[in-house]
Amino acid sequence: MVNRAVYLDNHATTPVDPRVLEAMLPYFADTFGNAASRSHGFGWDAEKAVDAGREEIARLLNAKAKDIVFTSGATESDNLAIKGVVEFYRDKGNHVVTAVTEHKAVLDTCRALERKGAATVTYLPVDRYGMVDPDDVRRAITDKTVLVSIMYANNEVGTINPIAEIGKITREKGVLFHTDATQGVGKLPIDVDAMHIDLLSLSAHKIYGPKGVGALYVRSKGPRVRLVPQIDGGGHERGMRSGTLNVTGIVGLAKACELSREGMADESQRVLRLRERLHEKITSQLDEVYLNGHPVHRLPGNLNLSFAFVEGESLLMGLNGSVHPIAASASLPAIAVSSGSACTSATLEPSYVLKALGVGDDLAHTSIRFGVGRFNTEDEIDYVADRVVGEVKRLRDLSPLYEMAKEGIDLKSVAWQRE
Amino acid sequence: MAYSDKVLDHYSNPRNVGSFPKDDPNVGTGVVGAPECGDVMKLQLKISDEGVVEDAKFKTFGCGSAIASSSYVTELVKGKTVDEVMAIKNSHIVEELSLPPVKIHCSVLAEDGIKAAIQDWKKRREAVDAPAEPKTAKAG
Repeated sequence: MVNRAVYLDNHATTPVDPRVLEAMLPYFADTFGNAASRSHGFGWDAEKAVDAGREEIARLLNAKAKDIVFTSGATESDNLAIKGVVEFYRDKGNHVVTAVTEHKAVLDTCRALERKGAATVTYLPVDRYGMVDPDDVRRAITDKTVLVSIMYANNEVGTINPIAEIGKITREKGVLFHTDATQGVGKLPIDVDAMHIDLLSLSAHKIYGPKGVGALYVRSKGPRVRLVPQIDGGGHERGMRSGTLNVTGIVGLAKACELSREGMADESQRVLRLRERLHEKITSQLDEVYLNGHPVHRLPGNLNLSFAFVEGESLLMGLNGSVHPIAASASLPAIAVSSGSACTSATLEPSYVLKALGVGDDLAHTSIRFGVGRFNTEDEIDYVADRVVGEVKRLRDLSPLYEMAKEGIDLKSVAWQRE
Repeated sequence: MAYSDKVLDHYSNPRNVGSFPKDDPNVGTGVVGAPECGDVMKLQLKISDEGVVEDAKFKTFGCGSAIASSSYVTELVKGKTVDEVMAIKNSHIVEELSLPPVKIHCSVLAEDGIKAAIQDWKKRREAVDAPAEPKTAKAG
């Protein structure tokens, strides 16, 4: 029985796990010292918590604790990695290789460097599942390349990139490899040594930790990675990122990493089962539903579907809707998901990730992203499947495109009268 | 972004959903927008010989505001003369539904849709009238 709103947007953010919250609390008003205060117990205790935190995060990545740099989140980590490397190695070259499906934190950072004339960037295409081809990476690398940045798993369509293969190539060519692993950390195994990763971005709020804290893994050996810091003022984090450490956030991030590491195998299975159940229930009751992203190599909780002939935002409205058409006074619990439709974005542009996969604009407008997470239940999945099927059927009855398709008209051959 | 009550109402209880037979000479059909833009509206007006809108139907592929705009417009046109329909402005729809700036284009499409339906009806009338009357009054 579902009595309250269902949250199925776990790629956007996740609720803080109660165990994480509990771990954080003492550091607000009891052990509240500044971890950089060398002269008293308040500082030493905070520093101990931070050091323990570093160990925990490093364990999740099979990295060295001292190679973890704390930041305000993955966006900052991406900025630090890309700008920091490009600036430091400018005598070697200024070419960066990345992919068209990266998060805006990577793409906008690259564009900013291009605008300043600080770098030239190659944006690699992806296949129709959203995957980067390691051979494309190899071919794009020149003697001026200083960094390759490819995300571990995509936030929109869930596709997992062949990171280990890419790492092997970059190591061979002597080029640094950064991966934005925000969506993969804690859900998929990561080993920075085995995968030849030199820099890695992660964020707490995607793994049941608090918002406002993340980390950048910066390899110190084999090779030693150098960076120009992007924030000055005191030289914290070995000079790489100044600013008083967010101790409560770091404790939260560490606890989140510990819980993810311990529960990863079981949780991934569980979440995958729920996702498959949702997928199966929807596709067994509706026709013309298309999966976006790789069917196999995808994040366990991610389901991105296009519902032909039904626009995404109108479907979201139906799922969020506070008024049920039949029982006007009954309020059905809202369902939180997101969409790749242009109508849901402030710029009225459809999802650039779906576009990169070759999904036509018409289908991009019909896409819905479901993100299953730790706290979702089977009841919730069944409820969501029923509501989605109901709303799609209702909206198809309203849709002139569905009507035309059922009449046998090929929509691609129609001369549409644009506004 | 919370939706206005009126938009939610039209979304949950759309007025006049459906289709008239396309070959009915008293029905004008306007199809505007394109699937790649995320907005397609089909608006149909059933118009009497005296040029008064007797009935209207719509179908829309688009966001909640697009559905609401087209639903509302089918209510608005009933009982109006063809000239009155041609004088309808999208701003009226924006006001009625409290559409935010980013959704104004939905109201524009609805306005285009009903006008396209009128033009279609006029064309059909000309085709019907032409053989009988040598002097074809300029429609409208």
